[in-house]
Amino acid sequence: MEGWDPNTKSTLTQIPLLTVKAGPRDGGAWTQRLKEEYKAMIAYTQMNKSNDNDWFRISAANPEGTRWTGKCWYVHNLLKYEFDLQFDIPVTYPATAPEIELPQLDGKTQKMYRGGKICLTVHFKPLWAKNCPRFGIAHALCLGLAPWLAAEVPILVDSGMIKHKDDAASSTET
Amino acid sequence: MEVELKEMLDELESLKGSLPDPPNASIDKLQLHIKRLTDLAKSAPVRRSKLKDMSAEVVDSNPYSRLMALQRMGIVENYERIREYSVAIVGIGGVGSVAAEMLTRCGIGRLLLYDYDKVELANMNRLFFRPEQVGMTKTDAAVQTLQDINPDVVLESYTLNITTVQGFETFMSSLRNKTFRLEKEGSGVDLVLSCVDNYEARMVVNQACNELNQTWMESGVSEDAVSGHIQLLIPGETACFACAPPLVVASGVDERTLKREGVCAASLPTTMGVVAGLLVQNTLKFLLKFGHVSPYLGYNSLKDYFPTMEMRPNPQCSNGACLERQKEYLLAKPARDAAKAKMEAETLSAAEGPLHADNEWNISVVDNSEIDVKAAASSDTLPVGLTRELPSADEYPKLPATGPADMSVDDLEELKKQLEALNAD
Repeated sequence: MEGWDPNTKSTLTQIPLLTVKAGPRDGGAWTQRLKEEYKAMIAYTQMNKSNDNDWFRISAANPEGTRWTGKCWYVHNLLKYEFDLQFDIPVTYPATAPEIELPQLDGKTQKMYRGGKICLTVHFKPLWAKNCPRFGIAHALCLGLAPWLAAEVPILVDSGMIKHKDDAASSTET
Repeated sequence: MEVELKEMLDELESLKGSLPDPPNASIDKLQLHIKRLTDLAKSAPVRRSKLKDMSAEVVDSNPYSRLMALQRMGIVENYERIREYSVAIVGIGGVGSVAAEMLTRCGIGRLLLYDYDKVELANMNRLFFRPEQVGMTKTDAAVQTLQDINPDVVLESYTLNITTVQGFETFMSSLRNKTFRLEKEGSGVDLVLSCVDNYEARMVVNQACNELNQTWMESGVSEDAVSGHIQLLIPGETACFACAPPLVVASGVDERTLKREGVCAASLPTTMGVVAGLLVQNTLKFLLKFGHVSPYLGYNSLKDYFPTMEMRPNPQCSNGACLERQKEYLLAKPARDAAKAKMEAETLSAAEGPLHADNEWNISVVDNSEIDVKAAASSDTLPVGLTRELPSADEYPKLPATGPADMSVDDLEELKKQLEALNAD
């Protein structure tokens, strides 16, 4: 965890760790895991709200809890940039992390794989491997997506690859 | 096209006839051009028909003559057996597509192709796909090309993502399907080749093969495009992909000088072609039973260094199916030993008596197959030039019972509602 900012570190320690090592093909054990995932996400969302750092919405897109969709946003120069967020829970979960996708940014940055999957290789995958099965979706958002947004959104905005929705609207009107 | 050209020629002929004398030289020239074009059109691709048997006859028109020659040269005992074999290739990218073409040209019986991606112009720095295939799914484009190259190969394509729950089920049932060769033992395929570009998909192939007790080979090219590896995985007998963090061939240059900023992957047709070649060579040796099948072969292109090693399974592997296969393998040991002893006895009796009565030139055969004394490393000791890509999972204490705060709610629906309530704000 060297090199992480103290804020992320202290947030991370407050997200409840998970204990059940089970994936979507493990029946009842997966239900237990899913409960732990919810508890961790609830705790993380509450924490973000009380710290005035609310930055995502996520909910299960199917009853099995294997597909998740939602939104995430990042504030840069006092403007809020919002993106669709989605991912599947892989069959080998939690041995492998979910591959977080921001489909609207597909093809706009090199730090992304086909289909809008964000690149997590260097900053996140080793941490996930080391902490299996204690990390869950909430940890993936906190340690995977949040730093990615913080690094990439400013570059995308400054290089003109993405525009704020107000700018985009006004430029199409004129 | 030929018909159009013919009509054009006829029209020119009548035009020439209708014109007042003298015969126009430029019309003659035009006619010559059209005749040449007609010849060109005639040489356009013709598809050969399917062949029932692999012939060893050495004629220009036999697509298998050079392969069957392997038999005559004593490299392979029975080449034609290749038509009985099914190989599944997961990931039809820079390595997988080339591996598929190689196996198709070798006359493999059946190929199963898996990929969810489409062909893009950004793929053109690698082999196999052509610019006019941009936009097609990689599986469709591959089938299009491979069918033309060798219509004898049975091709099955699956456009899906194997890491999703649904994709995985289809993947498993397609591997189990035995309609190609009903009498085959075990699954419906002889070998699975993993040619994917990420850890997640490799772990999924590992999961499927451990559950099916299916031998498979792993391949990979590093993100900096200068090294790669292939690995043979036999469930229960060798380390599975989850037994230890994956190995990578160290680039051999100072890691700090590598610029990672800004890019997630580079690729070269050369490195990928080399790795595909190594992979299919190992596949042919495995299927047709010749030479030594490598358990692990690395390739460092900066130093042209090829590390090899063997890996035994980890008795504490985190993969349940791997542990089951390990148990089965241990139980089958007496039978294996007996079979081995019998084979050795047979080869011994066959070797008796001189091969040649006279030896005018005093030629002797020297054994140079130095047996690797290197002890098969289980996890910790690695040969020079290999490193682990990811750390191992930390040991963690079995929970000292969940805290009282955790016990408050333990109903999934209730938890869902709580999260939705938070989301609604």
